Amino acid sequence: MVDAWLVSTIVAVIAGVVGFFVVLRGSAFPAHAIPNGAFAGAAAANAVGLNTLVGLAVLAVFAALGIGTLGRRGRRDVVTALALVMLLAIGALFLSQTTEYEPQIYSLLFGEVLGVSTNELAPVALLAVVCVLAVAVLWRPLVLSSVVPEIGEARGVRAHRIDMAFLTVLALATAMTVPVVGALLIFSLMIGPPAAARSFTDRPGITVVLSVGFALVTVWSAIALSYATNWPIGFFVGAFAALDYGIGRVWGSVRRARVTPHASAGAGNLVSGAGATTPFP
Amino acid sequence: MPPPTEAEPVSPVLVVEGLDVSLSGRPVLREVSFAVRPGEFTGLIGANGAGKTTLLRTLLGLQRPTAGSVVWHGQARSRHARSVGYVPQKVVLDPDMPLRARDLVALGIDGHRFGVPLRSKQRMLAVDEMLHAVDAHDFADARVGSLSGGEQQRVLIAHALISRPSLLLLDEPLANLDLRSSQEVVALLGRVSSEQGVAVLLSAHEINPLLPVMGRVIYLGAGRAVSGATDEVIRADVLSALYRHHVDVINVHGRILVIAGQESGDDEAGHHVTLEAH
Amino acid sequence: MHWLTWIVEPGFFASQPVRIAAAVGGGAAVVSALVGVFTVVRGQSFAGHALTDVSTAGGSGAVLLGVHPLLGFVGFGVFGAGVMDAIGIRKVRGRDLATGIVLGASIGLAALILYLDTTVHATTGAAQQILFGSIFATTSSTIPLVVGFGSGALAILAVIYRPLLLHTVSGDIAAARGVPVRMVGLSFMVALAVAVGLSSLAIGAILSTALLVGPAATALRLTTRFGHALVLASVLGAASTWLGVLFAYDSYYWVSGHRGLPVSFFVVAIVFVGYLLSGIPARRRNGGRGGRPAPRPGDSPTVPWPRGGTDAPVVGVTKVTEREDVSKVAVG
Repeated sequence: MVDAWLVSTIVAVIAGVVGFFVVLRGSAFPAHAIPNGAFAGAAAANAVGLNTLVGLAVLAVFAALGIGTLGRRGRRDVVTALALVMLLAIGALFLSQTTEYEPQIYSLLFGEVLGVSTNELAPVALLAVVCVLAVAVLWRPLVLSSVVPEIGEARGVRAHRIDMAFLTVLALATAMTVPVVGALLIFSLMIGPPAAARSFTDRPGITVVLSVGFALVTVWSAIALSYATNWPIGFFVGAFAALDYGIGRVWGSVRRARVTPHASAGAGNLVSGAGATTPFP
Repeated sequence: MPPPTEAEPVSPVLVVEGLDVSLSGRPVLREVSFAVRPGEFTGLIGANGAGKTTLLRTLLGLQRPTAGSVVWHGQARSRHARSVGYVPQKVVLDPDMPLRARDLVALGIDGHRFGVPLRSKQRMLAVDEMLHAVDAHDFADARVGSLSGGEQQRVLIAHALISRPSLLLLDEPLANLDLRSSQEVVALLGRVSSEQGVAVLLSAHEINPLLPVMGRVIYLGAGRAVSGATDEVIRADVLSALYRHHVDVINVHGRILVIAGQESGDDEAGHHVTLEAH
Repeated sequence: MHWLTWIVEPGFFASQPVRIAAAVGGGAAVVSALVGVFTVVRGQSFAGHALTDVSTAGGSGAVLLGVHPLLGFVGFGVFGAGVMDAIGIRKVRGRDLATGIVLGASIGLAALILYLDTTVHATTGAAQQILFGSIFATTSSTIPLVVGFGSGALAILAVIYRPLLLHTVSGDIAAARGVPVRMVGLSFMVALAVAVGLSSLAIGAILSTALLVGPAATALRLTTRFGHALVLASVLGAASTWLGVLFAYDSYYWVSGHRGLPVSFFVVAIVFVGYLLSGIPARRRNGGRGGRPAPRPGDSPTVPWPRGGTDAPVVGVTKVTEREDVSKVAVG
């Protein structure tokens, strides 16, 4: 039971950190697709008899790289959509060959509180450390290429490489979080809390911290309620992520309403003594 | 009915009176008034952010004014469908969208009506003729997404004209064009207004490319507007009154420069606001 | 005829479940393909996908209530479409986030309902049926429902075809011409919800995106005219579905133990591979400039202005919407 709390804490931290970039880069769709690779990997590993975590990680990374590469040739959104369902279908295929069809898909897709067994705690923690380290190392080029890709390019940050690196980190993050939260819902955890965090502050460092904080609250509440009601943890994650997002939007508009609109260089202030730069026709 | 005598004024296509428009609570335009008559070529001039797009969108009904009226053909806009052809600055199409130039022009005929288009010889002929008229026939079968800025502009003009509007409204048509394309579009629009009697109203932030064809101008500045014949409006006294700041208008070989003068008193850089002259 | 038995296992054409599957699957595929072409060119693939996940909750709810799953898929899908339209996000990135949140919440809801299905009703197999489809288990009473909903969606598409196309080109132009953009956008979302519902019935809710986006995107890569894309997409969609049914039927004989592989897997795989293959000829065609000659130096044309010509209508629809950003339909 303690392990469940431990693992979920790790899950929340990873989701909060990686999710910050998912939101920043607008990678909501790939973030939704890659966990399905994890799902397919887990199903395949199960059918073949391999360690589930290995299956999760390998196929998630494969999915990430595939989406990254194919997305350059075709259109990103179509490729992501098709890859997403293809991975799910592969997972369904493997599962259909086992006898435990229903409970298996259920826990892989919607999560299970005890989703990570004790003897897997160590590799999960290791993966988590790798992810956080990777993000720390890639922090500056990642932020730069996410916010203003052109400046990033000028400074030698190859957008494509950063993209692939980020997708790989995303894949590893989903590999360890999917067993707990479910392939279909990890994505909510990666966008709800960061979206909320973003509306409270503009500073990236603090946003990440807040994002992790929101994610922790979300996951802990989901686990607690799931234990209490026996309802699936995925339901609570989805609902609370939506709540996080809602809070973010409400607070965001409150904040915007507070800021007094200053006279812009628009209609009012074309000519000012201290050097207006708007050209006259 | 006897033909109108010379003394009878031609009824205007569009009359705008006392228009106030605010965006997100901020007033952008105040007390804007002007009229557009058939066959007139009017330039809506203003710097970036002066409110040109806002004004155009208000005319099109895409933006609600806070005060004032927009009257078309003598009828308030909301009741009567205006015959206005709108040409946005550019259209961004999905790269996979299989829409040829001629398909886009055909949409100008009946794209706003419900139902499925029926292919008719008449329709195709009309499209062909219009494409020829705007000199776009060479690339009639190319995808709209693959056209250059100037080419796309011409197709959009054809699209807007094919429904025979009484007013052609263009949003910064010259903004992203090179010099040659810009001249071609201006010449084309000049012919539209003079030969077809279609009123043309277009927005721009540079006045010089339009001087050959522009008869009237609506000058936006400091949230307000002054309108009239070009040589009546582009004058130092008029523009100074508009901006409430000293403005010089200099004519150099037929090109006009509008320069803001310095306020009395020191300013650190001590520079004038200059424009980019062609 | 010896070789034919390799492809088509015995009893295929006579089998009743196969015929039903072909009818339901074919109908769903055609409707999805047609709606899908518009979805892809409007850049709404993600929204379309989100709607499939929304309908998952609907399908599960239908099972819980003892109602036909198709009603749940379509009903909740239409509701979800309305919600997404009402949320009305303007910025592209903001839109993706909101869409994703709605998606996640719906999946969570589906999880709960499926759980309740098993505990309250003690029904097993609900998850499999809703998520991945069980088209061979469909009864013939479903066919009238499919025909009804399908025709409805196609009718909507036919009616809004022109203004939708115009709006796709430029929302501002459409609004300026008097197109009721809000209504057109909403109607399209309803048609999309119905298409998604039908595909969910055929190959499962979370896989139905394949039928929506795949054949459409493939057709768009291969054609130069919008109308052609519509036709080709329908053909590809139906063919993929029928092939999927065929392979699934055959797989009963391939896999020892007569377990058979799921239809939905085959359909998705065929669609996916089809899209990848279409990338080869598409890349050879350079950007679709349509064989136009090099631009001439611009000399002033001497062609006179068109005289007469069509009875071009000058009067359009008079309703004008009043929102500030009327050109931006919520999920578009």
